[in-house]
Amino acid sequence: MTELNIVQSINRTLGDAMRRDPNVLLLGEDIGVNGGVFRATDGLYKEFGADRVIDTPLSETGIIGAAIGMALYGLKPVAEIQFLDFIYPAFDQIVSELAKFRYRSGGQYPAHVVIRSPYGGGIKGGLYHSQSTEAFFCHTAGIKVVVPSTPADARGLLLSAIDDEDPVLFLEPKRIYRSMTGEVPDGEVRVPFGVARVAREGSDVSLFAYGAMMPPALEAAETLGQEGISAEVVDLRSLVPLDEAAVIHSVEKTGRAVIVHEAARFCGFGAELAALLAEKALYSLKAPIVRVTGFDTPFPYALENVYLPNAGRVVHAARNAVRAS
Amino acid sequence: MVDSGTLKVAPTAVESDAFPPDALLDAYRIMVLARATDERCLSLQRQGRIGFYAPLMGQEAAQVGASRALSPKDWVFPAYRELAVALDRGVPLRTIFDQLLGNANDLIKGRQMPNHFGFRDENFVVASSPIGTQITQAVGAAMAAQRRKDAIVTIAFFGDGATSSNDFHAGLNFAGVFRTPTIFFCQNNQWAISLPRDRQTRSATLAEKGLAYGIPGMVVDGNDLNAVYAAVRAARERALSGGGPTLIEAEVYRFGPHSTSDDPSRYRSEQAVAAAKQNDPIARLKQELVTRGIWSEDLDKKLGEDVRRQVLQTFEAAEKVAPVDPRSIFDDVFARLTPRLEEERAEYDARMHEGVEKP
Repeated sequence: MTELNIVQSINRTLGDAMRRDPNVLLLGEDIGVNGGVFRATDGLYKEFGADRVIDTPLSETGIIGAAIGMALYGLKPVAEIQFLDFIYPAFDQIVSELAKFRYRSGGQYPAHVVIRSPYGGGIKGGLYHSQSTEAFFCHTAGIKVVVPSTPADARGLLLSAIDDEDPVLFLEPKRIYRSMTGEVPDGEVRVPFGVARVAREGSDVSLFAYGAMMPPALEAAETLGQEGISAEVVDLRSLVPLDEAAVIHSVEKTGRAVIVHEAARFCGFGAELAALLAEKALYSLKAPIVRVTGFDTPFPYALENVYLPNAGRVVHAARNAVRAS
Repeated sequence: MVDSGTLKVAPTAVESDAFPPDALLDAYRIMVLARATDERCLSLQRQGRIGFYAPLMGQEAAQVGASRALSPKDWVFPAYRELAVALDRGVPLRTIFDQLLGNANDLIKGRQMPNHFGFRDENFVVASSPIGTQITQAVGAAMAAQRRKDAIVTIAFFGDGATSSNDFHAGLNFAGVFRTPTIFFCQNNQWAISLPRDRQTRSATLAEKGLAYGIPGMVVDGNDLNAVYAAVRAARERALSGGGPTLIEAEVYRFGPHSTSDDPSRYRSEQAVAAAKQNDPIARLKQELVTRGIWSEDLDKKLGEDVRRQVLQTFEAAEKVAPVDPRSIFDDVFARLTPRLEEERAEYDARMHEGVEKP
């Protein structure tokens, strides 16, 4: 075990994966000599050279298109998109190509590309360095979407992503890249996809969150505990595939659900969770499902903290859910 | 001005790059087979026996000329009009028809519209509909081949319309920067559905677009099998010797509609098409074969009859194959079914059992 923050854990895991498998290579903007704008690839260029830590021209469609070609040929490319906000020039390559290669070729041409991308607000990044648009990708058949919230999960999920046979979007909560450290296994301890983590057990209300919304969810649970409300906190970790059983099981236990995400509410991932509970856990619900999310506005610069969900909003929502029944 | 650095390739500029004479007849047969398949498929679509078709007629010499200059180990990244390339690389006509029908033998399991095929065994990557996306992928595969030190090239096929797409520019730029062994093979058939070539760019040629990316461009007469072969062969040699990518513009003319969903009479004249057909690549090669004394009108008539019969019989055999299994709809989204897909399949099965779904 080593005490690391999330970005250190990602850095170390990338290096370990590259040492183990010569087919693993990295490509993206500023990831080589500069070590990445968040330093996620720091030191890797020096160790593995320009052929395996490839600084590319500034073109996201070029990065993902090239990564697909490499994957078809048998390499295991891990592409970095510098901010999730800049992924859209590659949207066609991801949605029309990467996610559909296995299907449209009848299994002849699987394309296993891992796309790492920092996402989310909280760093004063304004409209274009802050968004959480995971729902676009979760809506696309053929690509997996995972989001760690701890240094250990960052390693475990990234190892699984690199070993997977399918395309994976690995979303990195940049707001908490360095805000905490945790024990990270030194060995290759994988976190399987599709398995949620109960971060805190409780019996009165379930708080569902992922990525950078885990700290406020846990803080809210602590506050609620002081008020005598026992909150369970479930870290989804893997949005596609989703651990539906864990979501349902938690609500069967608590009878109340509060869903927390940074993304805008309308058609956000929380809508899928709410639909799931309505379809499969309706009779366990004692109160209406509540979503604590970003507003249905673009992500603002000066009013970032107004936009972002915080522990206070989660406490308020959970309290109301408990009082409603 | 515009010609600076744009290399015009004469048909037999380099003796060693000349098309091997003993293979001319074989190339001709592939071209005739592709033409007969086109004609039959246009008719089959009108009869409702296939759902869609995108003919290549007019582009046979460009496709077969390019294909013959490649090795089977090279990777082809096609658009969706590269039937003659597939046939020339040895894909059986029957396999093509299975795909056009989307039947139980279709390698891609009925997942895509006709013409969007792919054949792993022939290193012919599966096509898609979005324009130009294969170009960056071809560059990535070439980067991988470089890394593996494999002596192969990748070739991206695309049309004049694709030179306006994002991936054309990104792909050429990456290829230039990383000096990849890639051939960018543009079949300039003068039309992107209804828009003529001059609506895509103010450039005098498409080939010169390579220059700004540090990539040599060539314009070749795409109706001349020998010229196309020489150009692609030269590009391939350059790529394999570490010289990097080449952009080739093969000038052709799309004789047919964009697809069976298109009515070209809305945007171009019959006279223009008739004029272009004066330069039919098949007629041109036939003339060369006759001049060389290895072909005759009689042999040509017999070949035409044989090929048309082969096409019809092969299609009718493919038509007898069962449709694709409905339950396969859930396969290949991922390597394995996710719990959600398993559930959706189980729900489908249950509805089938109740008679709600039609078998």
